[in-house]
Amino acid sequence: MAIPLSYNVRSVVARWTAALVAVLGIAGTVGVFVAMLSMARGFQATLAASGSPRNAIVRRAGAAAELGSVVDLDQVKVIGDALQVARTAEGAPLISGEVVVIAPFPLKSTGTDANVQVRGVSPSVLQVRPQVKIVEGRFFHSGLTELVVGSNAEKIYGGLGLGVPVAFGGQTWKVVGIFDAGGSAFDSELWCDARVLNQTYKRPENIFQSATVRLTSSAAFTDFKDALTSDPRLTVQVDRESAYYAKQSQTVTTLIRVLGFLVALVMGIGAVFGALNTMYSAVAARSREIATLRALGFGSASVVTSFVAESLFIALAGGVLGCLVVLPINGYTTGTMNWQTFSHLAFAFKVTPGLLGAGMAFALLMGLVGGLLPALRAARLPVASALREL
Amino acid sequence: MVRVDGSDVDGSLIRVRNLDKTYRRGSEEIHVLQGLNLDVGAGEFVAFMGPSGSGKTTLLNLLGGLDTPSAGSIRVGEDTVTAMSGRRLTGWRARHVGFVFQMYNLIPVLTAFQNVELPLLLTNLSRAERRRHVETALSLMGLSDRMKHYPRQLSGGQEQRVAIARAIVADPTFLLCDEPTGDLDRKSADEILGLISALVSEHGKTVLMVTHDPRAAEWANVILHLEKGALVDSPQGNAGS
Ligand SMILES: Nc1ncnc2c1ncn2[C@@H]1O[C@H](COP(=O)(O)OP(=O)(O)OP(=O)(O)O)[C@@H](O)[C@H]1O
Ligand SMILES: [Mg+2]
Repeated sequence: MAIPLSYNVRSVVARWTAALVAVLGIAGTVGVFVAMLSMARGFQATLAASGSPRNAIVRRAGAAAELGSVVDLDQVKVIGDALQVARTAEGAPLISGEVVVIAPFPLKSTGTDANVQVRGVSPSVLQVRPQVKIVEGRFFHSGLTELVVGSNAEKIYGGLGLGVPVAFGGQTWKVVGIFDAGGSAFDSELWCDARVLNQTYKRPENIFQSATVRLTSSAAFTDFKDALTSDPRLTVQVDRESAYYAKQSQTVTTLIRVLGFLVALVMGIGAVFGALNTMYSAVAARSREIATLRALGFGSASVVTSFVAESLFIALAGGVLGCLVVLPINGYTTGTMNWQTFSHLAFAFKVTPGLLGAGMAFALLMGLVGGLLPALRAARLPVASALREL
Repeated sequence: MVRVDGSDVDGSLIRVRNLDKTYRRGSEEIHVLQGLNLDVGAGEFVAFMGPSGSGKTTLLNLLGGLDTPSAGSIRVGEDTVTAMSGRRLTGWRARHVGFVFQMYNLIPVLTAFQNVELPLLLTNLSRAERRRHVETALSLMGLSDRMKHYPRQLSGGQEQRVAIARAIVADPTFLLCDEPTGDLDRKSADEILGLISALVSEHGKTVLMVTHDPRAAEWANVILHLEKGALVDSPQGNAGS
């Protein structure tokens, strides 16, 4: 049997100040690592929640995002005629021709302007996106300069309260309702009548950038796509709405992740040196104890295992501390630029069990790397001379 | 039976032949042991004396397989200790040697019970058997009521008794004690020496003990002196006090 683990745990606890640097270094690294990853995860989740697999977004072929696309009213009608489009009880297709503009609004937090996405939608949009619910006030009346505001937008930007007049695009708008889009990207948007928005921006009234349809089922997507792309009247690209938004999150998510890994790597190297230092001094301070254990017949492998375990224990403490510190940011809402649409997007940090697990694994890795060399030194101590030390 | 002349005799448990130990400090060579011979039979209690720096600790370290000689051989029973290396030597120590040090060398973060249990962790004994052995060893040392105490909660004499319990708990072939009473007052020292000598007389243990103290040496059956790197029965001239 090996040297009991309690030997290491108690030794660390008895000289806890010596382990503090290592614990804090690892805790800090794990905290930053998990925070960055939970930021990426939150951003991703926000965009992923925006798209429904039962919806399809239709844009002009070749347009990367809605901003660069054109779909006119005739095309919207053709699209709405497709068999796979769900219909209201009256037989009207569930389709929303949409335009998007970007308007500056001051962030409540800093007072500086951020780009807010204003989406002109069709009156049937709430049936196209049933996850969107009016939680305060009412939906806009078509033809009027009325706005409904996403719940995050209302919280994050100034001057968007219910009933408040809002000026942009040379018009004065009135906020008539607040909607909840389930934590998705729409929650950062302002919605209004697409035609009114086109008028305001002096654009042709019947030109849209995209059309989003509700399908009869999510399985109908392939048929819908085939029908549209083979129709000679249309030159469009068709994406599942869920895939469209998931793809939007990729750039930023990857950016945050890469940054997170880089920062964690640099901090991790520092933390490993902290652990190395702590463990080397532990070995030096306890060389007579180690020699005694060797004299009693514990082999060098036992000593290596024992001191690696000690380092892992320190790393475990650091990892738990780091995770505990970072846990309260779960759900904390922040905003960033969505580089796909150049608009501000609010999202919440998502600290998932998986990310905490990754943080703990990272902590243990640092403990292992920081503990191995000192443990090998402990095992190589010349027993006879180490016993002479006081 | 204890002899230092190197002539082959029957019945020796420990047989040391032509043992040399040379330390190198820079260009300087220190010949600590030179041509040392020793035969010790089972059940003997031998005391080694000699001035500081004469090589007493060095000799015990070699006998206990903690260090390797420059030349010569050590046999214990059927095992040639000096031919073993690394792993085998470590395993041999666990089975055959019990160490008692001047500074006790208890693990400060473990209780008396846990310290004594350490050598048994290297055996196949079950938890219950280990507990029984530890309790027996500690009660033999009169420490049944101190099992849950940590070393810092014990007196020097008690600490050394825990250390002796640890040395005997796995029933080793012989005990090596390096100035076991060097740090203790007269009364505690006599207690310790009484316990060690009882291990020899009542339990048939073989004990090799280094000491500076002639009164401590008196407890042994045989007193040997280290002089010029070898053992002698009685000191040349008038080295003794
Ligand atoms: N690792 C080493 N390197 C060099 N010299 C050493 C080493 N270990 C011991 N010595 C030397 O070997 C000699 C014998 O040392 P040893 O400790 O065996 O003496 P000792 O008889 O036990 O002395 P004491 O009574 O003071 O404990 C001393 O001169 C010591 O300085
Ligand atoms: Mg000595």
